[in-house]
Amino acid sequence: MAGKGRGVAAFTFNIEALGIGRGSMPEARVGPSPLFPNTDFKPVPLKAGEDEDYMLALKQEMRGAMQRLPHNIKFESNKSEVERYTEKYLKYSQMEDEQWIPDWNLFPKELMPQKKKPHAKPGTKRKTVKLSRKETEDMLNKLDELSKKDDGNPEKSDDEAEKKKGNADEEEDVEEEEYDEEDIEEENDYIESYFDNGEDFAAGSDDNMDGEATY
Amino acid sequence: MTSQEVRLCGLLLREHFGDVVEKVGTHLLKSGAQNLRTIIHETGISLDLVKKSLCVLVQHGACVFSPGRKGRGSPTEYVASCDRILRILRYPRYIYTAKTLYGDTGELIIEELLQRGHMTLSNTVKTVADRLTQNMEEGHSMDYSEVSSAFSKLVETHFLQRCPPPAGAGSKDSTTEATNATPDASAAPVSTAQPTPESFPDCYKMPHVTLVGRGKRQLSTEDGEEQRNAKKARLAIETHGDEGIYWQVNLERFHLHFRDQTIISAVANKLDQTSSEIVRTMLRMSEVTTSPAATCTKPLSANEIFRSLPSGYNIPRPILDQYLTLLVDDPMEFVGKAGESGGGMFVVNLDRALANLARATLESVVQERFGSRSARIFRLLLRKRHLEQKQVEDFAMIPAKEAKEMLYTLLSQNLVQLQEIPKTADFAPSRTFYLYTVNQLPTARMLLQNCYKTVANLIERRLFESKESKRLLEKSQRIEAILASLQASGAEPEQLTEVEEMITAPEKQQLDALRLHINKLDSAENQVDETIFLLESYINSTASSTS
Repeated sequence: MAGKGRGVAAFTFNIEALGIGRGSMPEARVGPSPLFPNTDFKPVPLKAGEDEDYMLALKQEMRGAMQRLPHNIKFESNKSEVERYTEKYLKYSQMEDEQWIPDWNLFPKELMPQKKKPHAKPGTKRKTVKLSRKETEDMLNKLDELSKKDDGNPEKSDDEAEKKKGNADEEEDVEEEEYDEEDIEEENDYIESYFDNGEDFAAGSDDNMDGEATY
Repeated sequence: MTSQEVRLCGLLLREHFGDVVEKVGTHLLKSGAQNLRTIIHETGISLDLVKKSLCVLVQHGACVFSPGRKGRGSPTEYVASCDRILRILRYPRYIYTAKTLYGDTGELIIEELLQRGHMTLSNTVKTVADRLTQNMEEGHSMDYSEVSSAFSKLVETHFLQRCPPPAGAGSKDSTTEATNATPDASAAPVSTAQPTPESFPDCYKMPHVTLVGRGKRQLSTEDGEEQRNAKKARLAIETHGDEGIYWQVNLERFHLHFRDQTIISAVANKLDQTSSEIVRTMLRMSEVTTSPAATCTKPLSANEIFRSLPSGYNIPRPILDQYLTLLVDDPMEFVGKAGESGGGMFVVNLDRALANLARATLESVVQERFGSRSARIFRLLLRKRHLEQKQVEDFAMIPAKEAKEMLYTLLSQNLVQLQEIPKTADFAPSRTFYLYTVNQLPTARMLLQNCYKTVANLIERRLFESKESKRLLEKSQRIEAILASLQASGAEPEQLTEVEEMITAPEKQQLDALRLHINKLDSAENQVDETIFLLESYINSTASSTS
């Protein structure tokens, strides 16, 4: 095929067979077609009548009304410094801009506008108070355990070991209570669990180690 | 959705909800489901504005949100619905239909609901009553009960429906609740399918409301301000027992009505007024019994039709039978025969009617754009399905050269397709049949896209026109405002004419020309939408029948 080229017909068959004769091929195109070509046929006129006129009025009214509603949001533009005299009149039409307060039951909560200051402060305060209370409790627990450990450490009898076990049980109870509290308070979840887990787990393992050593 | 649809949606959003909503909306349309953070990141709009515009979109049903797909706790995702946004184009038609069916009250109810997306019954009734009172003579006012009875009529006929209850509203809420709920309940939110409003049993149930009073006239001076303040204060306390029950316009129901009207008017044009009355009666009788997606109405016997004909029409029984046979024999197939019992059972072929109307639309588009002889070729291909070029020339009885040219033009416009059928495996052109054919459905789709493009172009042209003469428009607006205020303060007529003359004669001429252009463009938008409606219903009907 490629070898043929140069003025030789590019087809291997008789074009006439397709019904394409000399001069019946459309003219070759040079360049893109014009952006606004001449139309051979003029468009039919629009329907006109009472219905159409009324719908037209409705459409324009609707557009105007929607632009005045609070649903219409524009970028905040910098207003011209000098208020023009006539703007006073134009304002009247925009006076009706009532505030739009959506029913938040129907919208995702995350879309609610945030009031930053009053919300954030009490939250943090509460947190700190609770944390400190928690911390003191934890500290007390720790101290208790430490004192018990001190007691049992030097020389241990079986009785004492048993006692220890009992203590461990009690401790577990305490632990559970704490967990319950955690479930109730979600906000400072992370820090609490961090403290509790680390400490209690360590204490428990210590106990076990001790117990095993005596057995 | 296609780029044409997105472009049109963007223009519509900008016109009705402003630039910010347009940006957020088109972004959502282009990129599918997204969460808040991504939207903010990718549009570069401030958090506050994005939140507001999402609220607007959700309020108008143009956007739905659902808990994230990646399991519980993932951020809420937003999806904009292209179809819903395009419906903004049809708002005038909805309102006008409501007016013809239910008068001014119905018109205003639909208008208010469309403007605000959704509202409670009590709010709607109040606003509408106030607006109606505004237009009444001094001393008259509209009773709330009248408006609310119009409202209930609209609900009864399903033109209004309740908004679906917020199933997945508040992602945080739902996640915390789900943890406490039973396992299968927590598995439910995983399904991404949006519930349709119809799936809720209370969809068309009117709530009990206590509404007494009359519309208030709004006064335009300072005490109007006071009154409004007083009203605001009162609104805060008043409750009507329907808080949280929101209503929206049931666009689907309107579409069914439009479809029926289209069929009726087509029958009236094709045959005559009497037959259209018969079809109207048939459609009205089966309105309740036929499901919205049905391909044809429930069969009706000739006897039933005869009894239900409006009394004003004196059609004797034999004439009715003749009309029905005529309708059944008509090639447009609006009415079909389903059986012989009861004097013949008849149905209205809804889908066939839509398909035939769409075909007629295609034909007339070809006729208006390429002339009646091209239309002849087009119709020929529609009827004979596949034809060779030689056959086209012969059957259409058009000289070969011209026929070829027309055929090629149609082919290049994609209105006609070419099918190759080789006799041998090597596709040698000399041993191949070239068959021309018209595929109605793809062609209708293409035409629909063209329609969207047309409307977008019309809107852009209108914006351009009004931008060009912005100064002039502002001036006339200002002068009108000044005139109004002067009139209100009781100025002398000379003063008024003086102000009026601030617009010079050439300016006035320019303004008139501009108004004419804008009206024409607006009107064209409305009328293109009628074609859009027909093509969309046709395409939707084929989609529902195949699946």
